[in-house]
Amino acid sequence: MSRQHIISMLLENESGALSRVAGLFSARAYNIESLTVAATLDPSLSRLTLVTVGSDGKVEQIIKQLNKLVDVVKLIDLSESFSLERELSLVKVKESDAIRSKIDALGEDCLASITDETDGYLVIELSGEKAWMDEFLMSIAGEVIEVVRSGVIGLSRGERSLTL
Amino acid sequence: MELSGGEIVIQSLKDEGVEYVFGYPGGCVLHIYDAIFQQDAVQHILVRHEQGATHAADGYARSSGKPGVVLVTSGPGATNAVTGIATAYMDSIPMVIITGQVPRPVIGTDAFQEVDTVGITRPCVKHNFLVKDVTDIAETMKKAFYIATSGRPGPVVVDIPKDITDPSIKVPYQYPTEVSMRSYQPAVSGHIGQTKKAIELIKAAKRPVIYSGGGVILGEASKELTQLCHVLQFPVTQTLMGLGAFPGTDAQSMGMLGMHGTYEANMAMHDSDLIIAIGARFDDRVTGKIAEFCPHAKIIHIDVDPASISKTISVDVPIVGQVKPILLDMLAQLESLGETFDRARIGAWWSQIDEWRAVDGMAYNMNSGAIKPQYVIEQLYKVTKGEAFVTSDVGQHQMFAAQYYPFDKPRRWINSGGLGTMGFGLPAAMGVKFANPDADVACVTGEGSIQMCLQELSTMLQYDTPVKIINLNNGYLGMVRQWQEFTYKRRYSHSYMEALPDFKKLAEAYGHVGMQITKKEDVEPALREAFAMKDRTVFLDFLTDREENVYPMIEAGKAHNDMVMAPSSKYKKRSS
Repeated sequence: MSRQHIISMLLENESGALSRVAGLFSARAYNIESLTVAATLDPSLSRLTLVTVGSDGKVEQIIKQLNKLVDVVKLIDLSESFSLERELSLVKVKESDAIRSKIDALGEDCLASITDETDGYLVIELSGEKAWMDEFLMSIAGEVIEVVRSGVIGLSRGERSLTL
Repeated sequence: MELSGGEIVIQSLKDEGVEYVFGYPGGCVLHIYDAIFQQDAVQHILVRHEQGATHAADGYARSSGKPGVVLVTSGPGATNAVTGIATAYMDSIPMVIITGQVPRPVIGTDAFQEVDTVGITRPCVKHNFLVKDVTDIAETMKKAFYIATSGRPGPVVVDIPKDITDPSIKVPYQYPTEVSMRSYQPAVSGHIGQTKKAIELIKAAKRPVIYSGGGVILGEASKELTQLCHVLQFPVTQTLMGLGAFPGTDAQSMGMLGMHGTYEANMAMHDSDLIIAIGARFDDRVTGKIAEFCPHAKIIHIDVDPASISKTISVDVPIVGQVKPILLDMLAQLESLGETFDRARIGAWWSQIDEWRAVDGMAYNMNSGAIKPQYVIEQLYKVTKGEAFVTSDVGQHQMFAAQYYPFDKPRRWINSGGLGTMGFGLPAAMGVKFANPDADVACVTGEGSIQMCLQELSTMLQYDTPVKIINLNNGYLGMVRQWQEFTYKRRYSHSYMEALPDFKKLAEAYGHVGMQITKKEDVEPALREAFAMKDRTVFLDFLTDREENVYPMIEAGKAHNDMVMAPSSKYKKRSS
């Protein structure tokens, strides 16, 4: 059975490291739903989070192949643990009462706010889990002019951590 | 000691104990070549094409166990090397390939002979480096050799921009004695608990098969494998890459398995209740149809690469680590068990295997007036007393060599198994000769393959590396023709070459000895004559039966017990 996995890894912060990861996915016909990467507090390491979908066997193989890459220092499958995931989006819509009331209706738990209003256009900033965001974006799809999503990042809760 | 970047490259090789570098000069490696000129510890072999350099280094590595080293220039030098790098990668051969790169300030400007070597080679190397500073060269070289030779071996590319090899810039040099990398820690010994589980399965097995592969040779564990096989008295089959790790003439050997494996090996795999896979990776040429692979068997899999475990075939007991310590551990556990493993313990299984053997799946028409390719290989075996190093190209001749020349020692059979690279055999044979100057080296090839890296005949004259070229010339790209015969109703689309060179004259033009053999009775005498010429490369052009096929054959997508059998075998198709 296919399901979504969030794989997070510490990479050597070297040029080419990202392309090794991306190249592995294309060469072996694995699929990347999202990918995000940035430096960590340790400048020699960057942290890369990617979302892939596959059967447990396939994802196990993906993880093994990733671990074989010399630039991958350490890796964790966040889907295997009690973890936190977040994605950020910026959405541009035409200003309307309907859209404002949709955002107001989301309630306090959902991180959605109007970040910018310019010339009758709104930029809505959304933060939350991918599934919620997919759903919300679909509900306003007819009004969306432009959307940009950061891709999922994640962190395991409690003591279990991805550190050296 | 203060050295320039170019000198550091060569001094690193020297400190690494490298004897030979196979290479070809060009603009971006001129500083390095100048450093080569001024020393004589590392010998440079000037090939005629960069692909030849990679295959020669590869043959050197496969036959010696030491890493092969290649030096080529940027751009076309690097791209010409790619086929050889991919060949080594697919067969896990330790190699270090040094490529020149355009000077740092012009990288990315489409400079003359610039190519993104790190990008182009990324999918077919174990790792690669672009060195960005002269002070990083020595450490990068150490890392390259460490990565190439440890864990599951493989090729490593070191791309060096010309400006950091500048002879006028000298920096302190010290070659690191060791290197540790936080992101690269290959598995060493296997998990002892897994070995215990494996022993339990071994004890219970009624129809076991030991299936061993190239990993045993790479892991220098032939002795331990042979010991284990003898202790257990189980039947043994070996992959194309593993031939010779266990003696091919041993009574327990069933020969090769897979697409052109023996009848007994494939039938035994199919009916087995326990497969012990050792340093083998369940390649599609071995497994045939995945859904029907060893339907009754539990599987133990020993491999140094965790990614090989359950990649295509799910296994029951994986043991990840170096094959040698794992086999030693198994042997120790078996000894303390105090149980007798003899042929009688699995007597019914051996009787069944003997029945399959009696089918004589590799029989061919001995009465044919034509020179049968199988016959040439059998005579080659006889004349070289089974002691030669045999390289091959890719195609029917490769399968005939694997089938009819039983190898009793590891590292004697050298072929491109994974990538299937035509053109591999001749330069590889040259590399073998550098590593084993006193040994008989034969390159079994065909008139198609040999033309793909023919230019190295010139290198072989220059460096005096006498090799015997066994050209099985049937005027067809034989394996392609065979597939076209079986699955395309004999529509021989472009598998026939209408113009072939006179190979005898060609060999002579290159300064070697050429022979053409057209009669069956001349095969053995010609081979004897050729091998008697110890110091000459001899090109033996055998005009063989034009439409002989390789049998048995498991056609693509078929199961192990569904083989196309030779007409000459005693196989009788069961009535359904």
